[in-house]
Amino acid sequence: MSEEHKQPLQSSLRVQELVYGLRISEVMTSKVFAVSRNCTMRDVQTIMKNNSITGVPVVDNKRVVGIVTMNDLMNALEQGAMEHNVTKWMVGEVQTLAEDMPLSFAISAFGKFSFRQFPVVNKKNELTGILTFRNINHALIRELSRQLREMEQKNEQPEEPESLKFSKVYQLNRYDFENGGKASSEIKKFLKERGVPPKLVRRVAVASYELEINLVAHSIGGMLGFDINENRVKISSHDRGPGIADTEKALTQGYSTANEWIRSQGFGAGMGLPNVKRVSDEFAIESALGMGTMVQAIINLKPETENENK
Amino acid sequence: MKISDIAALEQMTCMLEDYEDAEVTAGYTSDLLSDVMGNAEEGAVLITIQAHKNTVAVSSLAGISAIIICNNRPVPEDMLAASADEGIAVFQTSENQFKTSALIAQHLGGCPAA
Repeated sequence: MSEEHKQPLQSSLRVQELVYGLRISEVMTSKVFAVSRNCTMRDVQTIMKNNSITGVPVVDNKRVVGIVTMNDLMNALEQGAMEHNVTKWMVGEVQTLAEDMPLSFAISAFGKFSFRQFPVVNKKNELTGILTFRNINHALIRELSRQLREMEQKNEQPEEPESLKFSKVYQLNRYDFENGGKASSEIKKFLKERGVPPKLVRRVAVASYELEINLVAHSIGGMLGFDINENRVKISSHDRGPGIADTEKALTQGYSTANEWIRSQGFGAGMGLPNVKRVSDEFAIESALGMGTMVQAIINLKPETENENK
Repeated sequence: MKISDIAALEQMTCMLEDYEDAEVTAGYTSDLLSDVMGNAEEGAVLITIQAHKNTVAVSSLAGISAIIICNNRPVPEDMLAASADEGIAVFQTSENQFKTSALIAQHLGGCPAA
């Protein structure tokens, strides 16, 4: 199997895609054990013990006001304070996750904070679930097995070498302008060699280059994934932060948060994301402060679906 | 006009002898690479003070065949190396972007009066 070495990259793209598509609400545990302000540490201990969990949110009228973790419980135990109110021992300022966020943001959050679980809230800020690493692992394994099965089925019909099929993930590091552009050049060459019309190649190049530079100039690092078939080019950009405060603004021509140094490299004109959106047939962006940004751009390759005005 | 016609202009210093002598059909003047990426025409000559390796990357992706660096801005070695790889011509001139644009426009068959 000469293609064996390609497999990890493909899988990594698939994981990225997987995370891109999944929402926290699909993965979290919806049955949450929570306590109210007037419960005692003893109550928390009983709940933890009976349900083998390590963190219990404290709620007031469905809003999360704190969380008691195994750590807090141990401290209370040491001080003989098990009959104390939870409010004395809980961690008050809780980092919550919104249930409609993509799963990748949760993964960023686990990387950023040392918490073992995050309470999940809905739009009204009410507790709807809890998310642990365990939830994420389960979801990933389930989805991966499903996709591996699909891949195995596909492998039974091998692709021709010159066909328009390609998937690859590129890693990009912050401020690495030296390598920003490499992925785009490779993709451009790949499409050109397979006779894709120059106008389409250019659109793919614009979207991919802008996303590449965005990762280098604005994110703390991330991945750029390409998934190409004869119908379309799908570009997914995925970073670990810092996230965009206002995506609406970021899509406005001329708006930029670039510093002087980035500008000295010729970037930061505030045209990056608007350029990507303009050349794409389908465009989606999601971002949350502290967790990251994801952009997906699709460019159709089939003439009947191609937008001639771009 | 061809790239060799730009090379023949007395204001231009050719930084790289080895280029593909393509037909230049348009010009684009900008120092912002995203702007170049989004708006420059294919087959254009880029007039800029942005003497940087990234300028070559953008030019290659945007289908620009020659770059003119204005105000005698120094051209870094790695930019020339990148241009050599991509077959993109690089020129340097002491003139500014305005004068260079006017000069190129004249040779491209004149600027529309509007």
